Amino acid sequence: MSDSEPRTDGGATTIGRLRRNLDRMTVEGAGLYVVLVFAAAFYLVPIESGLVTSFKTGTAIIQTAPFAPPGPSGLTFEKWQTAIDTLLRGMGNSLLYAVPATVISAFVGSITAYGLTIPTWKKSYKAVVLMLIIAGIFIPYQAVLVPLTQFWSQWAQLDQVLSFVWALGIDDDYVGIVELVITHVAYGIPICTLLFRTYYKTMSDEMIESARLDGATLRRVYRRIVLPLSGPMFAVVLIYQFTQIWNDLLFTLVIVSTESSPAAPVVLILAGLGSSLEGQDFALRMAGAFFAALPTLAVYIFFGEEFAEGVAA
Amino acid sequence: MLDFYRRLYRTIRPSSGDGDEVRADGGVVSDGPATGPPTEPDRDATARLKAALDRRFGSDFMESSIFWLPPFLLMGLFVYGAVIWNLLISLTDYQRFENAPDYSDLDFEMYTRALADSGFIDAAVNTLILLIAFTAGTLAVGLVLAILIDRGIRFENSFRTIYLLPMSLSFVVTAQFWLWIYNYNNGIANSVIGTFGLGPVSWLGNQDIVLYAVIFALMWQFSGYAMVVYLAGLRAIPREHYEAAKVDGASTLKMYWRVIIPQLKGATISAAVVLMVFGMKAFDFLYSLSGGYRPPNGADILATKMVREAYANLNWAYGSAIAIVLFGMALSVIGPYLVYEYRRDNL
Repeated sequence: MSDSEPRTDGGATTIGRLRRNLDRMTVEGAGLYVVLVFAAAFYLVPIESGLVTSFKTGTAIIQTAPFAPPGPSGLTFEKWQTAIDTLLRGMGNSLLYAVPATVISAFVGSITAYGLTIPTWKKSYKAVVLMLIIAGIFIPYQAVLVPLTQFWSQWAQLDQVLSFVWALGIDDDYVGIVELVITHVAYGIPICTLLFRTYYKTMSDEMIESARLDGATLRRVYRRIVLPLSGPMFAVVLIYQFTQIWNDLLFTLVIVSTESSPAAPVVLILAGLGSSLEGQDFALRMAGAFFAALPTLAVYIFFGEEFAEGVAA
Repeated sequence: MLDFYRRLYRTIRPSSGDGDEVRADGGVVSDGPATGPPTEPDRDATARLKAALDRRFGSDFMESSIFWLPPFLLMGLFVYGAVIWNLLISLTDYQRFENAPDYSDLDFEMYTRALADSGFIDAAVNTLILLIAFTAGTLAVGLVLAILIDRGIRFENSFRTIYLLPMSLSFVVTAQFWLWIYNYNNGIANSVIGTFGLGPVSWLGNQDIVLYAVIFALMWQFSGYAMVVYLAGLRAIPREHYEAAKVDGASTLKMYWRVIIPQLKGATISAAVVLMVFGMKAFDFLYSLSGGYRPPNGADILATKMVREAYANLNWAYGSAIAIVLFGMALSVIGPYLVYEYRRDNL
């Protein structure tokens, strides 16, 4: 490939460099780029088409191609206005559980992984604990839904425990938010533990060993050595967990259940947006989809590397 | 200093013990299995218990348990406790607005009911088709993309970012995009095949097509993930293997087929397991596609049927039974995978 060869054209002009690059470009190389660009288009077109559609008026949707931008006469911000009005409270509710659940599950995952990686105890027993934890990542959540509903509605009477909160004038539907935080933390422990464990396994032993020889307790080793070195992995885990929790529909559907609830998360409202008896309002759907995806899109654009690392682990 | 202890540790370490990774730490030297328990006479019962546990499980067992045990119990309660509870509920006749299941009368009625329910059989078949076609297709696309990107191209990062972008989006969001793409009158899918003189096709309305339309959309969303996993696998293959194949005069295609792809077995297995799990979670996508518990006709899978039976029809016990079947399917994939990873010492 062109850029792996040594560069000798330090002071060459842009055009000269371009020409040389073109000369080196073989048919095969050009074909490679064509394929890659086509693939990129394949991944981007659904998103791009959604974006342009969200700015179109009803007539522009019918008259223009789905991926073409709206003309000046077909441009409208009205759908975005409606989408924001409908979804804004959902965004607030989603943040209310996604942020605490993300932070708590990342921290819990870190200490769990530490306890299962750095201290010395029998490998065969450790493997059993680890297997049970890792299998927890892959459980289809359908297998726990009915008990989960039973648990939150019949057994754990959280809304009575939190009655002092409702006395402050907060709607008691917000008990769903608390339940979502606990639920997401419990089901997030496995993946967070696995991510931190892969990181701690590669950590250098030297420092930890000498600290242990000096009589430092495990707690001290964690606080003074392991935790300060966990920064990069915390970034990965926080980003991964936030995306997962924000995007999840199933638990919100089961725990909060109705989109008319004051505590309804954004995904729940979005799932029912834009469909009415008269037909589907696609511009509104697209605007809503983009608005609801803004936080995860922002996270992806700013921390794409960490996201890739999180999914690949 | 450190070396001395390490040597000491190695010599006193019992050769038969299956201790953890070789790690010389103070704890082992002072009260590890080899040196025997400290014999202070005034130790109370709890200390003796702790020593006994540490002897059984390893030197740091008790001290480390405060880190991993509470989260492990919380997770165990919500995952395994719930699965067992779910199994119990599936043996009852719990339905409608009964407050709690009646556990005094347990039978397999719900499972026989499932076998007699043609909707269940269809959903099970659809689940299998979805899992196999989606996983195989996604792996193939991901592998091709990874190989193309690995050829030392420019803008590698930009391409990678674009390919992985759909994965950061919620199923709820991508379902809206695909609903628009598959729209009969104005969707892109029909305008694309229209340029070849085909169609228009009712992608989501035709029972024979809808499942494959959904699989295609899911492949769009997750092939970037497969690419990232394969890319990591490709980067781990030493350069010499490529060069050796070139020297032998193998064509590029042959080199990948014979030399490179066989070495990606580990990446393939782990990506396949994760993808199958994503496939089983396609509930979110199908729910958002129709905006309700009933997915488009012909695209019902066990995940959607379970939630519909339990939360729309209030057949709690029947829903639980379907969930157990789904769990069994997941287990048949995860179990061997975990054993495989354990054997490779990769846990």
